[in-house]
Amino acid sequence: MLPDFDINFLIFGILPYAVLAVALIGTIARYERDPFTWKTSSSQLLRRKQLMWGSVLFHGGIIVLFFGHLIGLFTPVWVLDVLGIPYGLKQWIAVLLGGTAGIVAFVGASMLLHRRLFDARIRVNSSFADIAILVALWLQIVVGLGTIILTLEHMDGSEMVRFMTWSQSVMTLQINAWLQVINVHWLYKVHILLGMVIVAAFPFTRLVHMLSVPIRYVTLRPGYQVVRSRRRRPLEERRRAFDKIEGKTRRPAAPTAAE
Amino acid sequence: MRVRAQIGKVLNLDKCIGCHTCSVTCKNVWTTRDGVEYAWFNNVETKPGTGYPTDWENQKRWNGGWARSASGKLHPKQGSKWRILANIFANPDLPEIDDYYEPFDFDYDHLKSAPEMQAFPTARPRSRITGERMEKIEKGPNWEEILGGEFSKRSADYNFEDVQKEIYGEYENTFMMYLPRLCEHCLNPTCSASCPSGAIYKREEDGIVLIDQEKCRGWRMCISGCPYKKIYYNWESGKSEKCTFCYPRIESGQPTVCSETCVGRIRYLGVILYDADKIEAAASAERETDLYGAQMDVFLDPNDPEVIAAARRDGIPEDWIEAAKISPVWKMAMDWKVAFPLHPEYRTLPMVWYIPPLSPIQNAAQAGQIAMSDQMPDVRSLRIPVKYLANMLTAGDEEPIVHALERMSAMRLYMRALSVDGVRDEGIAARVGMSGRMIEDMYKIMAIADYEDRFAIPTAHREQTEDGADIRGGCGFTDGNGCSSGTSGKTTMFGGKKKSFALPTETF
Repeated sequence: MLPDFDINFLIFGILPYAVLAVALIGTIARYERDPFTWKTSSSQLLRRKQLMWGSVLFHGGIIVLFFGHLIGLFTPVWVLDVLGIPYGLKQWIAVLLGGTAGIVAFVGASMLLHRRLFDARIRVNSSFADIAILVALWLQIVVGLGTIILTLEHMDGSEMVRFMTWSQSVMTLQINAWLQVINVHWLYKVHILLGMVIVAAFPFTRLVHMLSVPIRYVTLRPGYQVVRSRRRRPLEERRRAFDKIEGKTRRPAAPTAAE
Repeated sequence: MRVRAQIGKVLNLDKCIGCHTCSVTCKNVWTTRDGVEYAWFNNVETKPGTGYPTDWENQKRWNGGWARSASGKLHPKQGSKWRILANIFANPDLPEIDDYYEPFDFDYDHLKSAPEMQAFPTARPRSRITGERMEKIEKGPNWEEILGGEFSKRSADYNFEDVQKEIYGEYENTFMMYLPRLCEHCLNPTCSASCPSGAIYKREEDGIVLIDQEKCRGWRMCISGCPYKKIYYNWESGKSEKCTFCYPRIESGQPTVCSETCVGRIRYLGVILYDADKIEAAASAERETDLYGAQMDVFLDPNDPEVIAAARRDGIPEDWIEAAKISPVWKMAMDWKVAFPLHPEYRTLPMVWYIPPLSPIQNAAQAGQIAMSDQMPDVRSLRIPVKYLANMLTAGDEEPIVHALERMSAMRLYMRALSVDGVRDEGIAARVGMSGRMIEDMYKIMAIADYEDRFAIPTAHREQTEDGADIRGGCGFTDGNGCSSGTSGKTTMFGGKKKSFALPTETF
């Protein structure tokens, strides 16, 4: 039927869109439909051991990796040209930064995975998704570190530019994006595929907690306290209405800053 | 002045018999679900002891409550906002479940299903976390019940600070009291201040502190923020939970379950009006011993015409102002000054206050030489050291505690004179700065403690919060997915499975 059908087209041409659609729609649906399940699922209360170091190392490493990939893959190639950054240099930065963060994340993820599988308290209270996503992330870090070894054999940055072009072409809806990565080493392909699996699994796992990073706590919340009122009219309005009825002149408003 | 109202609470420790009815009824209502078996929104501790969770009062260890910087500003003791965020991956101040106890159940079924065997079948414990057999139960919610365990361990009690505690380990000198504990519904709660998601809030209308379960993300900073360790992480649902002050009951004018069922009738509920603008300054008082007085300055006298006018202007309903005037909490805390906040040095301005217990005279054998001052036993010679109570209730300041204990013993003397000799001895009352009338009122409320005198709870004003027309055809009380028929997850807020409606079927 399709004599020249290439599996690469399915994986690197079509799958990214399916994955993004699942992740986006799934995330919105979960947030809307079941906000009660939106949480970090911390297991620190049950077992402190191995979590303190494991979690800090894993999160520290993975955050660097996440933003490293985001910035590295989605910075347009012409920006590098304009800034005069040689592709080789960028690749060296990626290898050094990513390599370090990768090793840190690997140590952390290994500790967390060991704890999750072999600590009875944690194992019994882990869902399938909890274990599966941790295994997937651990594998992804291992594969990612493996690709670094491959990369060291060609440090001119050409391979890296292929991946940049691929991700950017996918985002700009260019149907031939997949041709960019057709000839790369299979380990890179595994890394990309596993990455897409993780993105697709995002809304169905505890990973959603990363969207709830409490930035507003330090930026928008005035002071520390939170007071909620169920009254339909806020204090100032109540006071104005009262003064109007009583016929009094408006007294100087008391400060209402959060205590 | 910004007038707000709160349903405050007083517990009369002088009458607590340690029966745990409050804890059990609370548990049956609120925490019988998976993930919170270990949580007791209300628990009763035997003092002296290290309590539940172990050593909770020691903030050098847990970093709960507030710290005052050199400039006079407050920040949570576990760290200011950035510091809290920096600890978000692993919270160094979070207790482990073993600091409470590993929840367990017993193999009751084995008692009836065991096959015929030589030994009598027993119900052995099983962990509620792993389901595995526990060979030995190491700890429970009330492990030091009636001074259980050796004194060397119990004497780690934080309230022994500056007390020569060795002699209290001796059988002849030992002392004991109960301390029932629940969420303090503080004016300046550190739990809500520590919550990065902003899920914990204080209600403007009645001061109850609640956790928005849909906004809670399980960052678990509230648990270490609360110095009373009264926020519990539900390890099954991954959300924090706390005492709700039985708000559905309070809203309809009923006392909380713990108060309603208290057989010793030690619990009092009543309205306290307070000035929200004064909270920050009061909580930041420089000396810890000033905090008790500073908190009393936050409270507003409901009989002061100026306060009443301001309260009306700020929208406090008329029946709440009336309730504040007859509030037993106000009388005990402010008129008679016999009730005190628990550990004011945490700077949270707690709103559940305690009346310290009287205790027998030391060395009663030397009955002829009982230390008397002005015909009254010297309260400093009571079995429970005043310093111990002061460390618990006034940040170590003994004067207010002595004052309260003197008034309480004067009440006994006065009433004995009245009922035995038929004499109203105003002299006794005058010695403690009261009048006979005040003492008789105090006796009525604190000793007789009729239901109507213990609870003065105005109902919530729903007309201020919702329009009846808007909720017509609504789906009533729900949780999780609201009125959606879908089922997601295995946990519901109130235990058990989600039920679907059984629609009546037509029969022919």
